[in-house]
Amino acid sequence: MDPVKSLVTDLVSRLGTHRENLLPVLQGVVEQQQYLSEYAMIKVAEAMNLSAAEVYGTATFYSFLENKKMGQYIIRVCKTITCSMKGKQQILSAIEEMLKIQIGETTPDGVFTLLQTNCLGWCHKGPAMLVNDEVYSDLTPEKVRDILQSYLKTAKS
Amino acid sequence: MEQQLLKRIDLIFNDENDWQEILDQTLAHDNTYIINALVSSELKGRGGAGFPTGLKWKLTSEAPGIEKYMICNADEGEPGTFKDREILSRVSFKVLVAMAVCARVIGAKEGIIYLRGEYKYLVPQLNKTIAEFGAYCGRTGLDFNVRIFLGSGAYICGEETALFESLEGHRGEPRNKPPFPTDYGFRGMPTVVNNVETLVHAYTIFKYGAARFKELGVASSRGTKLFSVSGDTPIAGIYELELGMSLSQFVEEFGDGDTKAVQVGGASGFLVPRKKFDETTIGFQGRLTGVSLPTGGSMMLFNSSRSMYNVLNNYLDFFREESCGQCTPCRVGCQILHKGIEEVKRGERNAKYLQTLLLLTETMQLTAKCGLGQSVANSFSSIVENFWEEMIY
Ligand SMILES: Cc1cc2nc3c(=O)[nH]c(=O)nc-3n(C[C@H](O)[C@H](O)[C@H](O)COP(=O)(O)O)c2cc1C
Ligand code: SF4
Repeated sequence: MDPVKSLVTDLVSRLGTHRENLLPVLQGVVEQQQYLSEYAMIKVAEAMNLSAAEVYGTATFYSFLENKKMGQYIIRVCKTITCSMKGKQQILSAIEEMLKIQIGETTPDGVFTLLQTNCLGWCHKGPAMLVNDEVYSDLTPEKVRDILQSYLKTAKS
Repeated sequence: MEQQLLKRIDLIFNDENDWQEILDQTLAHDNTYIINALVSSELKGRGGAGFPTGLKWKLTSEAPGIEKYMICNADEGEPGTFKDREILSRVSFKVLVAMAVCARVIGAKEGIIYLRGEYKYLVPQLNKTIAEFGAYCGRTGLDFNVRIFLGSGAYICGEETALFESLEGHRGEPRNKPPFPTDYGFRGMPTVVNNVETLVHAYTIFKYGAARFKELGVASSRGTKLFSVSGDTPIAGIYELELGMSLSQFVEEFGDGDTKAVQVGGASGFLVPRKKFDETTIGFQGRLTGVSLPTGGSMMLFNSSRSMYNVLNNYLDFFREESCGQCTPCRVGCQILHKGIEEVKRGERNAKYLQTLLLLTETMQLTAKCGLGQSVANSFSSIVENFWEEMIY
């Protein structure tokens, strides 16, 4: 069985086919795959006895359920005014320079995707960002370079 | 106008080791007693809307339904708010005790914590607390189970009816109100939705009694409130303060000596310019409190180096992205407002266009389906009217 199909089968058998489990199932796919491919959504629809359009319509409502191919690590830099005031732009520039990508892009090796997001709830310790589920606050350009470096080391080759 | 001196309080984060005792001792009272205590404390919801908590529990307990639900709203998405996370990291037993008491009062067996996806890292620790709590409930014969449901990056899911939709596996699009959640909530059943902080205040009331709680604050704004303080302040962080202080006192305590304006209540709240600090009270609206601004606790300070145009632009960008898009006044309105102020700034439209945009926000206030679209007018009009020049030049 292909990995996406077995992931979906496994999630649905563990969580159940009830509609209320749709979000947890989709979250489970994203946790492993970083995004929802069209194929994954079709498999979820089949396994939960829903139309693919229902799954797509629900999934695309939620900004963390990406439906474009993402890198292994998704960087989400907070763009709320308080983080901007504390130097968010320098953080973004440091990331863009280091990874040679712009906001919305993925590195060619598929390791990082750079995105912005709304308030992460760390305004007193801005600038802040998420890398997948991990929070980093009080960022400086040096700190952010170190953080990304450590992710590079653990990246799947 | 009744105001209160700024006072730091330590009730929310103080010791929670007595949670088992507080739970037992509260549940020893009957439901009517508990509801009456909450009603007489005059506790109002800390999620933003300020609905009386005792009344909410009472209405839900009286509403007919085969099942009922207790939901803790931990979606905390309002820009500048970060207090609920702190509560859940430090005193989560207090939240669980209040959820369990509420469940007994309304007749619910299931409790759900709707946690924003951005706080997913909290889940392992929270689940441990929930397991320990569940084990204690089991031993004492209380039939109540709590689970966590994770959001996925949608601010609107903090709106209670959108939250139900999300829990039910749908797009987080707000429902029409009425019917209200007290009658028709999760799975169409009577449901109490309470903010994380509201529940901790309920715990304080169970522990110290309604009378002690009511001694704090001013008329129509009783008790304390957690404030998330950020922006141009040397001491950004979370502070528990007595309700009812003037904004000028707040600025004296937290400002950097050059505070030009404070945004009270996040992007959906109001911007208050320096000249109105004195007359503005932090608390819920009431006949006695004059100009009184409610807040989920977000307090953003701006000093004179900041452009209020940039602030407004940032908020409108937020609303434009987070509007669920279900109703036209909000979906299209947010886009027009955002585009509009950029056009005025670039000189592509003359300043009078701002007047047209102000009218548009009035229309949104009247016709948008939920609080998101309705409250865009708050920050828009308070920023544009007080900093007209900054919008243009
Ligand atoms: C757009 C929007 C977002 C909201 N987000 C939250 C939130 O993140 N947390 C919260 O507790 N309440 C939020 N609310 C308020 C809830 O709808 C609801 O009133 C509240 O959770 C009730 O709890 P309380 O009575 O304890 O305040 C939001 C409301 C709106 C209109
Ligand atoms: S006001 Fe905005 S967020 Fe609320 S229902 Fe309408 S479109 Fe959705």
